[in-house]
Order: sequence, then structure tokens, then C-alpha cells
Amino acid sequence: MAPIGGAAAVEFRDVSFQIAGRVILDRLTFRVEPGETLVLLGLSGSGKTTALKLVNSLLMPESGEVLVDGRPTADWDVIALRRGIGYVIQEVGLFPHFTVGENVGLVPRLEQWPERRIHERVAALLEQVGLDPKTFLERRPRELSGGQRQRVGVARALAADPRLLLFDEPFGALDPITRRELQDQFIGLREQLHKTSIFVTHDVREALRLASRIALLDRGRLEILATPDEFLRAQSPQARAFTAVLDS
Amino acid sequence: MDRPGLFDDILSHTGEHLILVLTSMAIALAIGIPLGILLTRRAGLRAPLLGFANVMQTVPSLALFGFLIPIPFIGGIGKRTAIVALVLYALLPILRNTLAGILGVDRAVRESATAMGMTNPQLLWQVELPLAAPVILAGVRIAAVTTIGTATIAAAIGGGGLGVFIFRGIASVDTTQILAGAVPAALLALLSDGGLSWIEKRLSPA
Repeated sequence: MAPIGGAAAVEFRDVSFQIAGRVILDRLTFRVEPGETLVLLGLSGSGKTTALKLVNSLLMPESGEVLVDGRPTADWDVIALRRGIGYVIQEVGLFPHFTVGENVGLVPRLEQWPERRIHERVAALLEQVGLDPKTFLERRPRELSGGQRQRVGVARALAADPRLLLFDEPFGALDPITRRELQDQFIGLREQLHKTSIFVTHDVREALRLASRIALLDRGRLEILATPDEFLRAQSPQARAFTAVLDS
Repeated sequence: MDRPGLFDDILSHTGEHLILVLTSMAIALAIGIPLGILLTRRAGLRAPLLGFANVMQTVPSLALFGFLIPIPFIGGIGKRTAIVALVLYALLPILRNTLAGILGVDRAVRESATAMGMTNPQLLWQVELPLAAPVILAGVRIAAVTTIGTATIAAAIGGGGLGVFIFRGIASVDTTQILAGAVPAALLALLSDGGLSWIEKRLSPA
């Protein structure tokens, strides 16, 4: 973690967001320190996905501001901001008309890397997420299993060496065994790459495994921001509701 | 019933017919696809423009040709008026399918593309249009087949084409003449339908 007082990788300052008069986020304030994995934990409708989309400007805050590397997202060139942030979603969103290789190499290609370098990068990334490039490079997304697709999704997010990674319930649609494998891989990649990540989930076990800190959202408010150990000891009813699941 | 020169006549009218159809289709594509793309970006324009195209389709073709004759610049007797009418007919399926094809692109795919930092043109050219291509092409196919059939009516306002045989045949109660117009028109429709559906299959995302 960065020294206290340094620029946060991401900072929410008093951020509120509404859709059609319904409050989705209510004066959210927190920092994500460089290198950490902040897990946004919450039930459906708690506003965690909305919070994530505010980081890469898929949504803009109605009041307050979101800072990335110390700069409000409103001041960023939105294309540059997004190309520097990897984004992985539950539905993966691979391009069905592209091969696996083309999917992974997309952002480097948008950034006009030389073709040779893209090719090397793609092969290295597939290797890194546990897919043999020789076998998978030319395949289409529909020829992959759910777990393989999400591995490609992770490789694609890492492709242009982003400053930050956003995960929106990336493993939510996978069977428990595959989910566990991908969580292990996530931990492995983090040890190698030291990327700052924000990870959205409603699965408290996943949150405890992956988080350096857990931010519990409840109806748009930040309920608790705590390390996994602190979270397990937290006494608030909202936190207890989640930890109670662990005993069953 | 033996008519020397009928075959040559058929060839030249088929050529004329093809030119009518190809010109109208080219114009309809040049208007319909960009307009369809615009409609994906401007939801407010959808109802009025689709409504207009819908109404055009409901006007009986012979009546539409007739309505256009007194209009200055685009009207009058001849090929130009015929082409205007054919374009108005071909517009709806092209417009509607361009809109439907692009709006039908998987939400997750579109969101990923945006989140990865694609600009609007990149999203359009690299993601939306390739994925919408089969649907757009299905619209083009419908428009082409309709235009080939409707173009036979162009002869009623001096537009030429295979309709010349049909109107002449009706006037003189001569089945051979009617068939000399109808059979090549049907063949053209079948050929273009087959050709375009072949391309449509090729374009479907693998």
C-alpha cells in the first residue's frame, strides 16, 4: 500500500447517483490504495455495479467526484481513461466475430502497437491465464467453455498493461469448481502483477478470499470498510447478515 | 405466336429492368443504412421516420407512381419518377433491419467495447456493423426482391423495364407477352434472393 497521503489509485469523494429519482449511491466516500484489491460487497441493488461503472466513466456521478490517479474522471479524456482500465464482467462480452487472439489483442490494436508485439503479448497473456496459445489463439468464443471464456476475458483486460482492473462479478456464472480455479488464478496474477483492482461480488466467501479490504455497500451507502479479519469480527447487522452465511 | 426478335426484346428490357432495380437499390442503401445507423443513436427520430417509411409501403404501388407524376423535380413521366417510387418502397426493410440489427447486438458485447475505450466510429465499424450484417442483409434481400417485382409497374409511367411486356400483353390479351415480362422478372427475383441469402450466410458470425 502507498504511504498515507499519497494519491489514491481511485478515490470516491461524496459521490451520489440516482436513476429516475431512486437513490442508487448515497454520498459514497472511500479510497482504493495502489496495489490493493478492494472488494465491493453487497446485495443486488446495493449500488456496487453502479459504483464500478463510475470509475471508467460508463456512468458519471451526479454529485461529488471520482478520482483516478488523483484526477477527476470528468477531467480525463474518456477514451484514454478507459484504455488504461481493464474491465471484466460476468457475461464476459467477448466479441463473437473475433478469434480469441483478436479479442485479447483488441486494446493493443486500438493503441496501434506493432503487429509483432501484439502477437507476442497475446501469446504471453493466454499462457498466463492458463490457456495454450497454440490451441486457443484461432478459436472463436462460442467454441469455449464458460471458464475458458472468462479466462480470455481476464487476458483481454490485462492486454495493454492497465493501471487498474475492474471486475463485475466475473466468476458469478461459473460452477463452484471453475470459480475456485479462477479465484486462485486471480490471486496468482495479483502476486505477479501487483495491479490495483476493484472487485464487485455478492459472494462473501469470494470477498474474504480475494480482498485486501472489503467495502460493504447497503442501499447505496458505505456500511463498513474493513480488512477481511475486521470484517469477520464486525458487529453491524448488515455485516452479520453476510458472515452468518459462513456458519451454515 | 412466332415472333422474330422477341428474345432480343426480352434481353434489352431485362437490362433496362436491372438498371432500374440496381439504381433504386443503390440509392435506397445509401439513404437507408446511414439513416438506420442514425436512428440507433437518436431514439426520438425512430417513430416519425419508421412511420414515414411504413406509410410509403402501404400506398399501393400503382397509386404511388401516379401520385409522383405531378410533383416537380422528382416527378414526371419516365425513369426518374419510377426510381423515386422504388426507392421509397425499398427504404423500409433496409431502415428497419439496420436499426434492428444494431440494436440486437448483445448488450455485454457493446458494454465491453465501450469500456475498453473504443471510440464511437470504432464501435460502429468493428463491432456493431459486422455483428448486425446478417440482419441488415436480410433487409436488403427483402428490398431487392420487392423492388424487382414492383419495378414491373414502372412501365405504367414510362419507366421501361420488363413491365412493358406485361402492360402490352394485358392491353392486347396476349399471354406470350405477359409471360415474356413475368418469367424473366421472376427469375431475377429468385437469383437475387438466392445470391443475397448465400452472402447472408457467409456473413453470419462464425
